Order: sequence, then structure tokens, then C-alpha cells
Amino acid sequence: MLRFDQAPPFSVPLRFFLTAPAFAFLAALVALRQGPALFESRWSPAALAITHLLTLGVLGMVMLGAMLQILPVLAGAPVARPRAVAFAVHAGLALGTLALAAGFLTAEPALMALAMGLLGFAFAVFLSALAWALWRVRVVSATVAALRLAGIALAVTVLLGLWLAAGRSGFGAMPAPALRDLHPAWGLLGWAGMLIAAVAAQVVPMFHMTPAYPKWMRWLPFAALGMLAAGWIAGPVGLYAGFAATTLWLHAKRRRRQPDVNFVFWRAAVVCSLAAALVWLATPYWGGQMLVGVLVIAGALLSVVTAMLYKIVPFLAWLHLQARLGAQAPNVRQYLDERKQRRQLWLHLLAVALLAAAVTAPQFFAYPAAILFAASAVQLGSNLLSITLEYRKRAAS
Amino acid sequence: MANIGDYMSQEHRQCDEAFARAEDAVASGDWAAAQAAFEAFHGAMQRHFALEEEKLFPAFEEATGMSGAGPTQTMRIEHEQMRRLFEEMKQAALARESAQYLGLSETLLLLMQQHNIKEESMMYPMLDEALGSRAGELIAAC
Repeated sequence: MLRFDQAPPFSVPLRFFLTAPAFAFLAALVALRQGPALFESRWSPAALAITHLLTLGVLGMVMLGAMLQILPVLAGAPVARPRAVAFAVHAGLALGTLALAAGFLTAEPALMALAMGLLGFAFAVFLSALAWALWRVRVVSATVAALRLAGIALAVTVLLGLWLAAGRSGFGAMPAPALRDLHPAWGLLGWAGMLIAAVAAQVVPMFHMTPAYPKWMRWLPFAALGMLAAGWIAGPVGLYAGFAATTLWLHAKRRRRQPDVNFVFWRAAVVCSLAAALVWLATPYWGGQMLVGVLVIAGALLSVVTAMLYKIVPFLAWLHLQARLGAQAPNVRQYLDERKQRRQLWLHLLAVALLAAAVTAPQFFAYPAAILFAASAVQLGSNLLSITLEYRKRAAS
Repeated sequence: MANIGDYMSQEHRQCDEAFARAEDAVASGDWAAAQAAFEAFHGAMQRHFALEEEKLFPAFEEATGMSGAGPTQTMRIEHEQMRRLFEEMKQAALARESAQYLGLSETLLLLMQQHNIKEESMMYPMLDEALGSRAGELIAAC
């Protein structure tokens, strides 16, 4: 029988959310150790280690944890055996990401092999759980369709990543250079882009109270996947730029204008997406790949993911508490002092700006950028921990 | 032919508008306007819930045999959660406690919108599918 109330226990998504800031902090430590040399090449071991600490350890960590939580809401599709799935995916992803970063930094084939095993396992479990939930859905909404395609893109990203890792550690032939660009393209423009666009299409109109996105935009994930499959990367870049510009336009018409930290994170994400698309288009004439990476990963994706964390974690705390305490449960604004959220917002924005500056003038900005990024990670971790401790205190009372 | 999904989703947007008006009035400190705007919002929500709980859900349960642990049960439970928040918001508006009201309204918005996503993407399409041509008369009768 169809049930769409099967929210998993709080511990299922929470372990992912609390782990993510630790990986952001680790990435900052590697950047500090590396200094200005980090910005010389995106293929340097330290740049690859940092990129994967952020994409797998921070973004992937939050996205996978959030998916386990929101599938019942977005798709009426609960994940089977949520505790076991969460344990396997979380442990595999966390340990696998550590092994991968260490493998890049040390060039030790045994660490790469360990990383491939752990990450391959974690994603196999996650994708199986996702497929099992999404392919049983009765009413296939635009969101469900987009999530299915995002899942396919994630599978392609993982396979390309395993292939690259095998080549790098000498277990197989290194794929051709053209294939090396396809791995980030499928990960960022495929999985992450489709997931965020699908979530934004629900979240922006409802939480910022804007008009709905134009109906034809439902075809965006199909078009993006088709273009990626054809190896045409400029296509999805243009599509997401269009989506970001539309979000900007919808935001200008928003009905809810209460000052909101969440809104600034979203606005930052949209601006960074548009800037990334412009820089990418100019890249053949001016080597801007490193800047594109900073704008997409730290600027756009990390901003959206942080905005979601500040909405989801207090709401889940409230949801689980009100089931026990009724009206005694503190409301969503009573778990965390808003000033702490605002402080982290400014640390984050400043860190992104300094990272972008460090791409062009690493000798001046590399260290300040890494320090600010570390401070932002610590503040985010401490904020999420505050919410959790407040929840524990109330739950025990 | 009238379609439950379109009609009820439209009501969601109207309730959202009333919600935002009440929130703006509370934030501006105009308590007379805030209390009136909250009552307008509250009334719109009660009428919307009544249409679902008294007309649409029973017709769906009868047509499909899905009651008890079915999807309508989940929707009713979430309506109850929202009703408790309405009561607290009403008290906060009467006591003129703006921080309390805005914290509660933020909580309600999250609960209400994840509820709306479920209804608009799953519950209403299922209602339209199960009730077919009866949908028009059920909506017209209210």
C-alpha cells in the first residue's frame, strides 16, 4: 500500500549532514599545506584531492543524506531499510573519500584501490536503493523523472571515476584526455545540476513564494542528459545558465520578502552559476577552468547545499520533537541563534570571493582564502552541532 | 472539465498569498492588521482542509478502498499538525509576540509546503485518476 509519510529516523540523514563540514575543513587544511602552488593546475594531486574532498565529502555527503530523507516527500518513494542503507552509504562514502584524497596526495596505488572499493560499494548501495524507490513510483511527476535521470548521470560519473582511478593507479590503461573532462561534466552538469534544478523547481516557488518556473523547463533534465550523452558540454552549460537567469527573474517577483539568510545563499548560488557559465564560455581564449571549478563547486553548489541544511536540519528537529512533545516543541528558529547563521554566511561568501581572487593572484590570496574557508567550515559544523544538541536536550527533557 | 489538481493547487497559491500578507503585517508591527490577516489566512486554510477531509478524501477512500493506512490518512495527520500550529500562531498574534509568531510561521511554511508538494505531485493526480468525472461535481458543490 502506498504510504508517503515514511520519514526515516533523524539519525539517517543527520550523520551525513554532521560529517560534511569536517570534509570542508579537511579540504581547507590541504589548501593551507599546499599554498599558492595549488592554483597552478587542476590536475595537480592537491587540486584533485581538494576537489574530491568537496564534491564527495561535502556536496555528495549532503545530497545523498538529503535524498534518503526527501524521497518520500518528492516522490512518495521511501527508501527500503533506511538505517542499513544510511550506515553503508555513509561509512563507504566517508572512508572512501578519505582514502581517495590520501591516494591522490601520496600516489599510493593501494590507497587508490581501497578508495575504489569503498566508493564503488557506497554508490552501488545508494543507486540500488534509489532505483528501487524511484522505479516503483505510481505517479511519475516531473520531479521523479528528473531524479531518475540524475541517478543515471550519477552512475555514469561513478563509472568514469572508477575508470580514471584505475588508470591513475596503474591497474589499467589511462583513458584518453577527452574522457577526463567527461567525468566532471557528468558529475556537475549531470547529477548535481539536475538534482539542484529539480529541487529548485519545487523549493524556490514554494519557500520564496515566486511564480512557478515555465512549464517547458521540465524538459531541461532530458535535454541536458541527451547533450551530455552526445558529448556536447556547451549545451548543458547554456541550459543551466538559462535556468539560473530564470531563477533570478522569479526571485525579483517573490512575494515573501522577510529578510532571510537562506535567500542570500540562493542568490549567491545563482550569481556564481551565471558567472561560471560566462567564464566557461570565455575559457578557450583565456584559461579559466580553475575559476569555473571554484565558482561551480564552492560558489554555486556549496551555497545551495548550505541553504538547504539550514532549512532541513531545524525542520527535522521540530518534526521529530513535535511528535513527542506536541506544542512544547521549539519552533524552527529556536534551535540556532540567527546571528551565528549570518556569521557563517559572511565567512562563506568572503571565502568564495577570496578563492576566486586566488585563481588570478595566488601569491596574495591563497592563504587568506584557505583560512576563511576553514573558518566557514568550522562555523557551519558548530551551527549544525548546536541544532543537534538543542534537539537532544529537548528530547531528553 | 474541472480538474481537482488544478483547482486545489490554485487554492494552495491563494492560501500562500494570505500567509504572506499575515507575515508581512506581523513583521511591520501593525497588530490590528496582522490579526485580521491571520484570521483570513486561517479561515482559508480551514475551508481548504474541510473540502479535502469531508468531500474529496472520503470519495477517494470509497472509490479505491484505500483508507486506514492509506495516503489520505497521512494527509489528515499533517492537517492536524498544521492545526496545532494555527492555534499557537493565533495565541502569538493575540499576545503580540512577533518573534514567536515569525518562528511559528516559518515552521508552518516548511510543513505546509512539503505537504503541498505531496498533494500536488501525488495526492491530487491520484484523486483525479480515482474520481474521474465525479471530480467536477465534488468541487462545484462547495
